[in-house]
Amino acid sequence: MTTTATTPTHPVLAGLGRLIRARETGIAIAIVAVVTLATVLNPSFLFSNDGFRDLLLTPSLLMVVAIGQAIVIITRNVDLSVGSVVGLTAYLTGTLFVQVPGLPIVVVFVAGIALGAVLGLINGALVAFAKVPALVITLGTMYIYRGINVAWTGSDRINASDMPASFRGLGTDTVLGLPVLTLLALVVLVYAAWHLRNLRSGRELYAIGSDPAAAQLYGLRVTRRVLAAFVVSGSAAGLAGVLYAARYGTVSSNAGFGWELEAIGAAVIGGVAIFGGVGTVWGAALGAFLLLTINRALPIIGVDDFWQRAVVGVLIIGAIVLDRIAAQRQHRRLVAQREETR
Amino acid sequence: MFSFQHRARRGLALTAFAAGTALALSACSGGDDAGSDGGDAGGGGSEEAASITFLPKSLGNPYFDTSNAGGADAVEELGGTFEEVGPSEASPTSQVSFIETAAQQGVDALVVSANDPEAICDALNEARDVGVAVVTFDSDTNPECRDLFVNQATAEGIAQAQVDLITEQIDDSGQIAILSASANATNQNAWIELMEAELDANHPDVELVEVAYGDDDDQTSFDKTAALLQTYPELEGIVSPTTVGIAAAARYLSTSEYQGEVALTGLGTPNQMREYVEDGTVEAFALWNPADLGYLSAYAANALATGEISGEAGDTFEAGELGSYEVDEEGTVLLGDPFVFDADNIGDFDF
Repeated sequence: MTTTATTPTHPVLAGLGRLIRARETGIAIAIVAVVTLATVLNPSFLFSNDGFRDLLLTPSLLMVVAIGQAIVIITRNVDLSVGSVVGLTAYLTGTLFVQVPGLPIVVVFVAGIALGAVLGLINGALVAFAKVPALVITLGTMYIYRGINVAWTGSDRINASDMPASFRGLGTDTVLGLPVLTLLALVVLVYAAWHLRNLRSGRELYAIGSDPAAAQLYGLRVTRRVLAAFVVSGSAAGLAGVLYAARYGTVSSNAGFGWELEAIGAAVIGGVAIFGGVGTVWGAALGAFLLLTINRALPIIGVDDFWQRAVVGVLIIGAIVLDRIAAQRQHRRLVAQREETR
Repeated sequence: MFSFQHRARRGLALTAFAAGTALALSACSGGDDAGSDGGDAGGGGSEEAASITFLPKSLGNPYFDTSNAGGADAVEELGGTFEEVGPSEASPTSQVSFIETAAQQGVDALVVSANDPEAICDALNEARDVGVAVVTFDSDTNPECRDLFVNQATAEGIAQAQVDLITEQIDDSGQIAILSASANATNQNAWIELMEAELDANHPDVELVEVAYGDDDDQTSFDKTAALLQTYPELEGIVSPTTVGIAAAARYLSTSEYQGEVALTGLGTPNQMREYVEDGTVEAFALWNPADLGYLSAYAANALATGEISGEAGDTFEAGELGSYEVDEEGTVLLGDPFVFDADNIGDFDF
């Protein structure tokens, strides 16, 4: 009856409390801090056409890849091949335009996503049926896909003039002040977040990641869900590959090189636990945003080129330390609760 | 089960023995070849065409595609065998395994553009020990690791051409930045040092504010260009002495509010830059002809492999349609002066 008893359970306040404690909020605050600092030092970071556009545009591609990666990591797997998938689909995109002049842009998008899905399916099938750890399987396919890319590309290269201006325009065009690529990434993000939160096929991924054996015993279709997670990750990387071609205009055999690690880094920074079962795609997307925005802000803040990578490393380790502290706190709290109730 | 294991082990031992024998045999025949080659050259001067392997910094770089094509043309003229191998990304040690393989195959000459002056030294020297002639082109190693270096242009000539281009485009005053390849690329660093010296000496109103590194990667170079423009609002021009860098920088500039405001020049290839010269993003840029460079390198490698020259200063050799060349100090051969491409002449080139 007293107000003190009812306030903590008030839904709005409880939601607010969760929001404040959420990892995503911390990342968002960090992003705001970085952007504010960079803008104070150099107003054009935010308040110029290029500055505002790049702020939103630069992280968009990695966001898409990180969303796919987060879904795989949530199932207690990992997809190291996404960088190579980006490279292959980016080159496919350029090649399609060269081979079939006048091809509708939609067809190229579908082709890129489909190729990504097939490559993801191969990963998923090897992981789900062969019962080999995803780290090993996707390490292998990472090299195989990149090898196919190098063999296919050879010494060729897609130049800006090989692709139609309307397609390249996607890389810089804006709608209502927002870049098209960013809007696409947001659509992917909102759908993935909704699916993971509200649909059975999404929730089960968390159950599988928390305890694969228990999920199996409980009767969840683990194989099928893991397979689907890899197909989603591959498709996301495929989409990112098409967008890569649109944004950067040139594609050689090393497109997307190293993206797998950036995507995993983004997911980890965003609070997706590397051992599965915990985290959201919002976190991964914000992690990608923070990672690349810090990269852009460091030169403005005056940090030397060589130190920028080290800062990214500190960020990843910091995120993991933060996770550890949070986990220990919760563990102590749960122990204390158990003692109280006894 | 036991017998299977036993057999498997014996099989393994046999294979190992066979491999050992093959190695020993190939080593012997390698020695024989070297001897007979020497004899031929010394005797009638009848030159036997060599097998030449090209090892660029990385595959997929159009600059090396063109130079390797020039090399292939030269090898064809000579009647030898041409091969092209290389890593997919230009990292310091990625070339080592390719050098080792070429040495094992017993090629007569290896033409290398070094990703790092030190990292591939041991591998190159091991190759030379088994009789492979080593020619570096485009980017040199330390002089003791190769027989000849075919220099595309002197570092002074390149630095001068780029400083001339950029200072002319920004009316000899204002801030400029350099977008380089990797921080340990020999050629880039030598050029940058000389450009700094030239700017200090003759262009007091031009300030070099930063050297950024795009790692010869499209995406990194693109993002670094954005960062440069963002960081230095007063920037007047960017010099990118790398073909990947200048194309990525041009792509960013062409879609930016700075198009036409910030000058961009450097070293680029006509095919990659055509679009940006035509839309006004880039006024003029420089390069030598990479096909000629590969062509000359192949002739130099052949001359070494057949024993026509030894790589000493003062040696001369014929390089097909390019004419006669002389080896300078420290075993270098100079191709010539850089060439400036602009809207008027870019249509004449296709590489």
